[in-house]
Amino acid sequence: MKENRTIMGMPVNIEIIDSNATEEVFEEVFNYLISIDERFSIYKKTSEITLFNEGKILEKDFSNDMKEIFRLSLQTKNDTDGFFDIIYSGKIDPSGLVKGWAIYKAAEILRKKGIKNFYVEIAGDIEIAGFNSEGKKWAIGIRNPFNKKENVKIVYLSDKGIATSGTYERGEHIYNPKEKKVANEVLSLTVIGPNVYEADRFATACFAMGRKGIEFVERLSDFEGYMIDHEGITTFTSGFEKYLK
Amino acid sequence: MASFGFYVISQNGGNSSNGLLTPNPIVSSNNANNTSTKKNPKTVVVTKPNIPSTPVAPSSPPVVKKNGIYNDGEYTGSVADAYYGNVQVKAIILGGRLVDIQFLDYPQDRNTSIRINSYALPILKQEAISAQSANVNAVSGASETSPAFTESLTSALNQARA
Repeated sequence: MKENRTIMGMPVNIEIIDSNATEEVFEEVFNYLISIDERFSIYKKTSEITLFNEGKILEKDFSNDMKEIFRLSLQTKNDTDGFFDIIYSGKIDPSGLVKGWAIYKAAEILRKKGIKNFYVEIAGDIEIAGFNSEGKKWAIGIRNPFNKKENVKIVYLSDKGIATSGTYERGEHIYNPKEKKVANEVLSLTVIGPNVYEADRFATACFAMGRKGIEFVERLSDFEGYMIDHEGITTFTSGFEKYLK
Repeated sequence: MASFGFYVISQNGGNSSNGLLTPNPIVSSNNANNTSTKKNPKTVVVTKPNIPSTPVAPSSPPVVKKNGIYNDGEYTGSVADAYYGNVQVKAIILGGRLVDIQFLDYPQDRNTSIRINSYALPILKQEAISAQSANVNAVSGASETSPAFTESLTSALNQARA
């Protein structure tokens, strides 16, 4: 069964292979993701994050989810040499962490029901479990940033997370006055990790590092990365090719 | 200081006879020529009259040309709301064509000023991208916030329209 919704202004796709997948299971996961959006959206006046930013609630009033996001944000800041930070312009914006975390938690709901073969995707970040309908590893395309209808690589994954950070969302533009063009620009960075939460937080932080980001991924054990620059050249980590079949 | 800068730039014009079509960035030229001009003053030979001896500053008003659909110049687009924050772009038009898009504002959610350790030399591989035709179950790509980008760019290009 495969279903999709738009939540948090983003497309959510879920496919479950196991025969015990029911409509109620999908509903539970979608409703969970809606509740996360209600809590963490910086665009909702009544969200916990907005109330905190406006000084209407204090840290001691935090929900368990909020405490966890703060703890994970701090940990990620430390893990990425400060490249990840949710404090921005004097306000807290955990958007860069919440998406991957929410997908991971949604997948946990399925796992606790004994569901073993599925994927949960929000806007290109995916938690992948077990095998697809043909009993094979899930085939995941890496989108061409120059042509969104195309894939430039296909990786085959099982029990992994994959996430991509890209330029129009969090762009890095360094103008080279000598060649009169944008220089050293990374268009997208895809990270494959042990789960989507891990993949997403490192994709976000390492994309912010520019060309150094892929080197950072190389140094992480259990992570592989695939970077595409503005000239259509990809740079990938030493173990990436193991996912090509 | 300013006159010294101009002097150094004119030295660069002379050096272009060595095949350097693109002048070096002014900052590094300053350092290089500061010593070399003292040691080797005879390199000041301007052989290409079309290279201006005092280059025009890049910020000078662009000449309006009508050979494309846009007027040359720099146009700042509107601030558009992307899911993660604001996007604002500047469109650079040259020869009537869009030649560059600069981001004046884009969503940031981290501090970008920190160094990264380089104790281990990474083993990275490179290749040119190519389209893959095999079927996939799902696709990983950057979130679709480009409508905000498109909105800002459209507003910039509307101003540039001839």
